[in-house]
Amino acid sequence: MQKYIANRLLAMIVSLFGVTIIVFLFIRLIPGTIVEQMLGTEALTSYETVESLRRYFGLDQPVYVQYYQWITRVLVGDLGNSWRTAIPVLQFIFSRLPVTIELTGIAIIVALLIGVPAGIVSALKQNSMGDNLARLVALTGLSIPVFWQGTMFILVLSLAFRWAPAIEWVPPTKNLVANLNMMLLPGFCLGTASAAVIMRMTRSCMLEVLRQEYIRTARAKGLAEQVVIIAHALKNAMIPVVTVAGLQMGYLLGGTVVVEEVFTLPGIGRLLLWAIYQRDYPTVQGTVLFVAVMFMAVNLLVDVLYAFLDPRIRYA
Amino acid sequence: MLNNPTRRGAPLLSRIARNRLVLVGLGMAVFLILMAVFADVISPRDPLAVDVAAALHPPNSKELFGTDRFGRDLLSRVIHGSRISLGIGFSAVTIALIVGTFLGLISGYFGGVWDIVISRVMDVFFSFPVLLLAIAIAAMLGPGIENAVMAIAIVYAPFFSRVARGPVLAEREKEYVQAARVIGAGHSRILWRHIFPNVLSPVIVQASVTIAYAILTEASLSYLGLGTQPPAPSWGTTLNEGRTYLQLAPWISIFPGIAIMLAVLAFNLVGDGLRDALDPRMC
Repeated sequence: MQKYIANRLLAMIVSLFGVTIIVFLFIRLIPGTIVEQMLGTEALTSYETVESLRRYFGLDQPVYVQYYQWITRVLVGDLGNSWRTAIPVLQFIFSRLPVTIELTGIAIIVALLIGVPAGIVSALKQNSMGDNLARLVALTGLSIPVFWQGTMFILVLSLAFRWAPAIEWVPPTKNLVANLNMMLLPGFCLGTASAAVIMRMTRSCMLEVLRQEYIRTARAKGLAEQVVIIAHALKNAMIPVVTVAGLQMGYLLGGTVVVEEVFTLPGIGRLLLWAIYQRDYPTVQGTVLFVAVMFMAVNLLVDVLYAFLDPRIRYA
Repeated sequence: MLNNPTRRGAPLLSRIARNRLVLVGLGMAVFLILMAVFADVISPRDPLAVDVAAALHPPNSKELFGTDRFGRDLLSRVIHGSRISLGIGFSAVTIALIVGTFLGLISGYFGGVWDIVISRVMDVFFSFPVLLLAIAIAAMLGPGIENAVMAIAIVYAPFFSRVARGPVLAEREKEYVQAARVIGAGHSRILWRHIFPNVLSPVIVQASVTIAYAILTEASLSYLGLGTQPPAPSWGTTLNEGRTYLQLAPWISIFPGIAIMLAVLAFNLVGDGLRDALDPRMC
């Protein structure tokens, strides 16, 4: 196991190097730099200002020199300062992180609360009307664009209750009620698609497990059906579901950007969009790298947890 | 499956047809494709025709879906939107399929350095949530239909590569491939004639599901202003324009969303059924 984790970490580092190179080159391919963004039309007339700003940001250096300067600092944990705000990029990210993490957390809880019971019921009543209906609803949930669902909720709630998305984000530590008031709905919208994925996984795993001999044995020795389902079947069926739920968390990290945009929440996703528009290279590079690290860490944790939950699984 | 012996040997098509939800999905998909092809014929009006005097009409007998802020007929825009959404979806998935499958074949068949390089590059793409990657690439390439297609193709190509590589690894070692090699068949012949047919069914399943995701991704990109640009009647773009008029003219925000949902659902249903029929492994 230790060897497996060590190998995965090594592969992660190689991939992260790839991420740094690709994001570094890609962001520099976009026409226009921060200098033009800052100066606007003045950039066309004031050659000297342009040149001095380019020198200031190091944009006059060859790309590989810029990369070397950036990556040597990243290796010691310094993501540099935002060009647009002069705030250290890491601090910038950490100020936005709570929103994204809370959204992802609410979403995954919603997904599990809906997905697991629906999957179990669907499996127990396989091929019934209810099962087919549940599967259709799940696929529909998977097909609704998150931003449209959000918009529709805002529309209905504003017409019915004169509710409007909050203007300013309140941290849960400051006012939990106000915080949940603005986060529950976006979290719910974000979680629907994952609920569908988890429901489908729960259903197929339950069906698989219910067919096994030990379930027949459990029934044969006269256990109550609830005990068979909950204590015997569910325990084993949940193992792959945990994995899928973990992987979903990774995808939710990406999905939050749209939800953050619809509900104007200050999360990581909108930070990245803003930084790309502003051509704030250090912020773009730092945020992308940070998200990649989080995503890979979640995926690795899920794989390790999988082996831990199911002792039959051994990674070579 | 055991208590129904006829099912084991049932040909693929009837196995697919048995799943009623697939038929529903196929029907919806065909309907949408026909709508896209004949958009010019069936739209009541030109989707770009501006008539400011008729702006923000609610749905009525003449304008079934109402009009937008420029008095453009929303029904016509939704009908023409199918062309953009399906067009972008199909072209992006075609590019992703060709590039990804090719890379997967090469990486699985030749192994060694090829495999290491291709797999590592794919890992870089897998190390990032799909939607965020698509948004980042689209933002970097700049707005526009071609760039949206590129961004979507780039993020989904690695999925095809991964799906294709597995069967190639298994097939490469089989005796018939060795035999073909012994009688002097070249690499391209072995790859194309002998190995490729084995990756076809997982690739097809992947393609039908990916079309659904591609349509959804295009809608998200356009909604964020990174995909199709106005005045083109993309569903996502129309939804973006409807944002400002949510209270005043909610129909602008309702109908294109339903269209996206139905289109994505159609291909999800087809993909789901194909997966059940072609790959019956459950858990």
